[in-house]
Parts: sequence; structure tokens; C-alpha cells
Amino acid sequence: MHFFSPVLWQFLVKWLTEFSLFPPQASAIAPYMDGFYFFLLLITLVGLLLVGLMVGTFSFVYRKDRSPQATHIEGSTLLEATWTIIPLALFMVCFVWGALLYFRIYNPPTNAMNIYIVGKQWMWKAEHPGGQHEINALHIPVGRDVQLTMVSQDVFHSFSIPAFRVKREVIPGRYSTVWFRATQLGEYHLFCTQYCGTLHSAMIGTITVLSPEAYEKWTAGSTSGQSLAQNGERLYASLGCSSCHNGNAGARGPNLAGVYGSRVTLEGGRVITVDDGFLRGSILNPTTHQVAGYAPIMPTYQGQVSEEGLIDLVEYIKGLDTNYRVQQTLDAKDASSNQKGATNAAPDYRPGLTTGTRQMRKEVPDTSTSSGVGVSPQ
Amino acid sequence: MSTIVRLPNQQDATLPRVSYLNKEYGLKSWLLTGDHKRIAILYLISITFFFFLGGAFAGLIRLELLTPLPDLVASDTYNKLFTMHGIIMVFLFLVPSVPATIGNFVLPIMLGARDLAFPKVNLLSWYLYVVAGIFTVSALVLGGVDTGWTFTTPLSTHYLNTHVVTAALGIFVAGFSSIFTGLNFIVTTHRMRAPGMTWFRMPLFVWSHYAASILMVLGTPVLAITLVLVALERTIGIGVFDPSKGGDPLLFQHLFWFYSHPAVYIMILPGMGVISEVISTFSRKRVFGYTAVAFSSVAIAVFGFFVWAHHMFIMGVSNYSALVFSLLTMLVAVPSAIKIFNWSATLYKGSITFETPMLYAFGFIGLFTIGGLTGVFLGSLGMDIHLTETYFIVAHFHFVMVGGMLMAYLAGVHFWWPKMTGRMYPEAVSKLAAVVTFIGFIITFFPQFVLGYLGMPRRYHAYPPEFQVLNVLSTAGATVLGIGYLMPMIYMTWSLKYGAIAGANPWQATGLEWQIASPPPTENFLEIPIVDHEAYDYEWLANKTEHEVTTVG
Repeated sequence: MHFFSPVLWQFLVKWLTEFSLFPPQASAIAPYMDGFYFFLLLITLVGLLLVGLMVGTFSFVYRKDRSPQATHIEGSTLLEATWTIIPLALFMVCFVWGALLYFRIYNPPTNAMNIYIVGKQWMWKAEHPGGQHEINALHIPVGRDVQLTMVSQDVFHSFSIPAFRVKREVIPGRYSTVWFRATQLGEYHLFCTQYCGTLHSAMIGTITVLSPEAYEKWTAGSTSGQSLAQNGERLYASLGCSSCHNGNAGARGPNLAGVYGSRVTLEGGRVITVDDGFLRGSILNPTTHQVAGYAPIMPTYQGQVSEEGLIDLVEYIKGLDTNYRVQQTLDAKDASSNQKGATNAAPDYRPGLTTGTRQMRKEVPDTSTSSGVGVSPQ
Repeated sequence: MSTIVRLPNQQDATLPRVSYLNKEYGLKSWLLTGDHKRIAILYLISITFFFFLGGAFAGLIRLELLTPLPDLVASDTYNKLFTMHGIIMVFLFLVPSVPATIGNFVLPIMLGARDLAFPKVNLLSWYLYVVAGIFTVSALVLGGVDTGWTFTTPLSTHYLNTHVVTAALGIFVAGFSSIFTGLNFIVTTHRMRAPGMTWFRMPLFVWSHYAASILMVLGTPVLAITLVLVALERTIGIGVFDPSKGGDPLLFQHLFWFYSHPAVYIMILPGMGVISEVISTFSRKRVFGYTAVAFSSVAIAVFGFFVWAHHMFIMGVSNYSALVFSLLTMLVAVPSAIKIFNWSATLYKGSITFETPMLYAFGFIGLFTIGGLTGVFLGSLGMDIHLTETYFIVAHFHFVMVGGMLMAYLAGVHFWWPKMTGRMYPEAVSKLAAVVTFIGFIITFFPQFVLGYLGMPRRYHAYPPEFQVLNVLSTAGATVLGIGYLMPMIYMTWSLKYGAIAGANPWQATGLEWQIASPPPTENFLEIPIVDHEAYDYEWLANKTEHEVTTVG
């Protein structure tokens, strides 16, 4: 062949070497998904074979040449019951199996590391708590549970990593979450799977799974110097949040220290658990998130804070253990110089605040079901 | 009991002197007609036009996907191509395909009626369809629309600068056309049955159309409301779907799929009716388990209304509501399975011949089985996470809609062609077309299941190079499929003048429509028949034929 046309030969070789029939199995959930897939394939094959055999055999045996007369048959209740109950039973197995898998994928484990994703036309921004920012790329360590908290800045997007078998819609104005644990080093596709306009098919990226050592090296090498919480603290000060939410007795706003993960009674008596979505919603639509016992005087910050800014604020409030720093009313410069040392000493993962966040997290059994609270127009 | 049915001698058949086709002449007699048969022909011509228009877009899409790079058309153009393909195929072809053409033509005759209950409303429905077509074509000519056929907000309301409102208006109007057809069928089925035509003597074709009509009448208004809200949001910004104004973008998804899931059954149920008729006729045998098949149509219509959120499993609906919708989705799969098994069992102890409609019906059974079972993949919550929004879902609904519905439509058109025109289509070449369509279909859409599991997202203009082999295969198949669709177009037109004369009942079928002349007279029945036999009673047909022979002889 390659004597005949080297160009065509090269083309064919390239074509076939890059050809794939099955996605890589690169996450903890992938083998479970594939197992279920093969079960469903088996059902399909058996069903198709059964129907094919019936149609094929009857067509052959009862074709007009061999069977010049048709025999009148009314039907059979027994047979009807059989082919109602057996498919139903099989579909119920699929239902239960599928539901177990779904709950496993969408209920994050309590100790997952959290990365924020902002989708916008047409790029993915990843914000690591340590302050690393990435565009159309995501670096994660192998063997560690990673939870993504995602929000869209404009239209619906969908965050899909086929090699991990996970996908979740990224919704404007609402946090959604997904989690996974990568099991194989390598680079994998990231796709936007919800049609989002002109460059939908260019809203792709690379997921890089690194060994723990390589990941530490990467986080140290790509930090912007400011963790999300530090950015949040600056925003908190510059937006004047601390003038009301300062933890003083008689303050006009609720005390925010330790509020994340706690249960709060709203105006009207509804009790909710404070999660990322609730914090975000409180900043943007304070009136619909009014905590009982406080006057509805907080202005909306709609249009004043970007999604990235909101993430910074949420991350800051999440890690707020005491009101000590709030009451210091630090200005932005002091805040950054004070904490720089801490970030450099252990560049891994926001050391000062991690423990607090983790303890809080344990009280929130299921963030994904309650993530809808943030918008709640109803 | 057994029956031997002799096919009538084709040479003796003659065209009736006066029929609905030659009773009146001139364009006006067609455009102002109240005759359901003429309206069916008008529909047939217009949906064929839109089918080939939508098909042309599909061809361009497949051509673009031949290479991984976005090189044939610009991204915006590509987005417009798949949007127009979807809108035209769903709203202007699939929804009206069987009901408005074949249903319009044969449903009243099957019931022993002279026309539908409201002939003028029927004509109005066709005019609305034409208006919808004009809106859609003008959206296209003015520069296209690129929302995707699903009109997802806030993309469609705030982020696109194309002719969204024009296209939405087209679909809005097409919706009313579909409501009127449904309304007409429901009233006709209730009120216009011939004496003796009890509910359980009706052909299964009527049952499935009745079920589909209920969906049309109850579901389509929700689509209309949704599109009006989209238009209002775009033009004056009322903010129902806009989170920054306290709206909820997920509300749109709920409203849209509340129609668009039942719409799947609006499309497929009439096709299932065709398959029941065809399988019975060419096995010369009553459909196995008539009551089960009839009630499974109703069951599909009822359950079909309560599964819409299975389009939203990954969209942040609560996990528990996802659970309920997944369960209901599993339930709706059962009646379809019942139908498949009953059709297969109908063949048992039949006397089977393999005319073209039967070949298409076999194609339907095979492809619909695959389409239906892959639906179970998507209805299973966990699996849906990986498969939704990929080519797997594209392959799935094309197996159901094209492999299922279009096969059924072609089966129906071939089956009733002699009744509609009085002439036979050429048998050999049409069998070839059926086989070509089947093979082309498999090559086109089977690779897309594999692509889907690999993770290739739908609506992608460019894709990673490792997906190319499968995409090339798919495009190659589409070429074959295209030929398969062009062939009937050509030989059907040819047969209008040169086809053999069919005679009243070329298939020796039992339906009332086969007991009158082909093509039928304008009033269908000179004398309203009195029905004293079950549907698919070949014994009755044999007696009747014998009796006729003796009286003539």
C-alpha cells in the first residue's frame, strides 16, 4: 500500500492509530459505569436476538410457500403477562442499578478537595482554593476525591469528562457540583456538552491527572500569590461587608463566623443549611434569603460582584472561624502581606483555613440536593 | 379456523370512472377542498418538500463532520444547519408525517365515515401548516436561527442575534395545525363511527391515532405557551427564565420537555398504527393480542406525560425527583415492548409474503427495538450522566425517529399508495429501496452509539481526531441513506402515470378503506357500511370475496 501511495498510507496509519472504540477508564467510578453499560448492552442484545429470532423463524417457517393458510389466533393472556412482567422486571433492575450509580456520582464524599469552575462563552475557568487559576485546563492529583463547585456566568454549559464518566450541567445563577477520583495519570478530554452558542465545540479543555508529588510542584509553581479566601477577604473589606457582618453584639447583619454548614432560620420560619449556594444567593438576592431577626436592609450586590468574586467571598466566609480579623477592619494591603507567609510555607492547599472547612463540611451530608436553594424564586 | 386468500387478478383491475382525484379540476378545487383525502395529498406534498429540505441540512452536517477540523462551513453556519435540521424534521415533518397524510386519508374511511368531523378545520390545519412553513423558511432565508431545536434559555433569549422569534412563531403556528388535526381525529373517532363499528372493532391504526391525538391536544398548548414566553423574554425582557430577574432557567426546561417528550409519542404512535396494519395484512392474520396492543397505545399516551424530567437528570433537579422520573420512564418502556412482542407473535402461523411495506415494517421492528432499548440506557439515572448530551443520545433518537418512525411512514406510504393513487409502485425497485434504506441507516447511526460512549458531544462542529474513523463511517452511511430516500421519491412519481392499476384491494386487506374503489370516490362510501365483523377478520373477507365472485359469475 505504501508503495502505491505514501500519502494515503500515512493518512490511513494516522487514522487507525488514533482510532478508538472505548474511552479510557480513568476514575474510580468508571469501572462501575462500564459494568452497568455492559449489563445494559447484554439486555439489548438478548432482546434484539429474541425479537430477531421470532421474526426470522416465523418469516421462514410461515412464509406463504410453506404455509398457504393462516391460522386464526386471538392472543394469549399468559403470553401477554409474560412479556409484560419479564421486561418490567429487567427494567426495574436497570432502574435500581442506575439510581445507585447516580447517587454515588452526585453525592460527594465529605473530605473532597474543592475546586471552583466558572463556565462562560466559550471557556472554562478553574479556580483552586490556593489561588491557582486555569483556563480550559484542570490539574488534579491522582487518587484524591475532588469536588467541583460550578456556576455559569451566562448560558447553560455542561462539564463533561468522558474518561471519568462524569458530567454535570453548569447553570447560570446556581451552583451545581460533581465529584470524582482520578485513578490514572494522563491527560483527558474536557468537553462542554450543552450547546452554548457559536464556539460550543471550542469550549474544550484538558484534564491533567498528576501524581501527588507532581501536583504539589504544580500548585507551588502556578500560584498567583493570593488564595481565594484572601481575595475574598479583600473584597469583604472593600464592599463594606464588615460594617454590618462584624460579629459585634447589636450588629446589623448576622455573624458570619462559623456560619457555613450551620442551620439557620429564615424569615418565615424555614430552616436551611448554609451551603455555597445559600451564601451566593444571600449576596445577590438578600431579600429572598432574609435570616430571621434581622431587618431587611442589605442591598443587592447583583451586577457588582463577578462570579469569580462571589467564589472568593464564599470561600472566605466558609473559612471564617472567628471574627477576630473582621474586627481588625484590615485594609487590603495588610491582609495580603500578613498571609503571604502562610501561603508560601505550605503552598499545597490553604493551610490556615482547611481544617475549619473540613469540619464544617461534615455537617453537610448532601450539598448537591440543597444546591438549588440559592435561587429559590418560589 | 383457517382462511385462504387469493389475490385478485391485477390485469382485470380498472380505475374507477369518477374518484376524488378527478371529480373536480383546477387549483381552486384543491386549495378550497374540504375533502380529507385531498387535504391528505396537500399535506403529503408539503411534508415531502420539508423532508428533503431538512434532509439536505443533515447531508451538510454529515459532510462537515467528515473531518475533525471545522473546515466546510463556519461555526455559526454549522449551528444554524443543525438547528434548522431539527426544527424542520421535528415540527414540519415528523409530527404531521403519518397523522396528517395517511391518518387524514384513511382514518375516516377506516371508521366508515364520509369525512372527518370538521372538514373546514382540517383544511385550516393545512393552511396553518403552510404558514408555519413560510415562517420557518423565512427565518432560514433571512439568515437562519441557531438556538438548536430545543430553544434552550437563556441562550435563545439573551445571547443570540438570529431570527429566533420568527422560527418560534413558525413552531407556534405549526402547533395549532397539530392541535386541530388531533381534535378532528378525537371527535371523528367518538362520533362518526359507522353502525356496528364498536371501539374494539376499530383497526389498531385508529387506536394509535386516537392516543396520539390526545397527546397533541393536551401537550401542544404547553409548547405554545413556552414559545410565547421565550418571545416575550427576548422582546420585552419579562424575566421568567432570567435568574438575574428572579426567574428560573430550569423552568424553561420543564415547560419545553413537558411538550417535547410527549411529542416523541405523538411522532411514534401513528407509526406503530401503520405497523399493526401492515404486519396483519401481510401475515393474513389478526394482530396477536389486539386488546393488549390497543391499550398499550393508551398506556404510552398516559405515561408519556409523566416522564419529561428524564431530559434533565444532570441539570440539577433534586435527586429524588430524578428517581421518580427514572421509575416512570422504565414503566413507559413496557408498553412498547408489549407491542414489539405482539407484532412478532402475529407472524406465528401466518401466511407471510414480503411486499415492500412488510420489509419496511421488519426494518421498523429491528430498529425500533434497538432505539427503545437504548432508551433504557438513558432512562437509567447513572448511565444517563455519561451518555446524555453525547452522540449516544443522537443515535438513540434517530433510531426511534428515523429508524422507527420514518420506516413506518414509508411502510405506510407504500401500503396505501395504491389506495391513494389507484396505481401500484414498482415492486422490485421499491424492495431494493427498503433494503438500501435499512443498510444505510445502520451504517449511519450505529457508529454514533460508539462515538457517544467515547464521549463525543452532540452539536460539535469540530471534534478530536480519534473520533474521525467512526464519523467517516457515519457520513458514508448517510450517503447510502440519502439514496434510499431519493429512490421512492422518483419511482413513486413515475408510478403516478406508469404504475400498474391497483384495483380496490390489491393486498386483500380487511380494513374498510380496502373495500371501496382505488382511488376512492369523494364521498368514500356510496352507502354507509354496517360493520358486523372484528378488525382483521380475514374469514369475513374471504366469504365476502367468494360471495362477490358468485354474484358476478
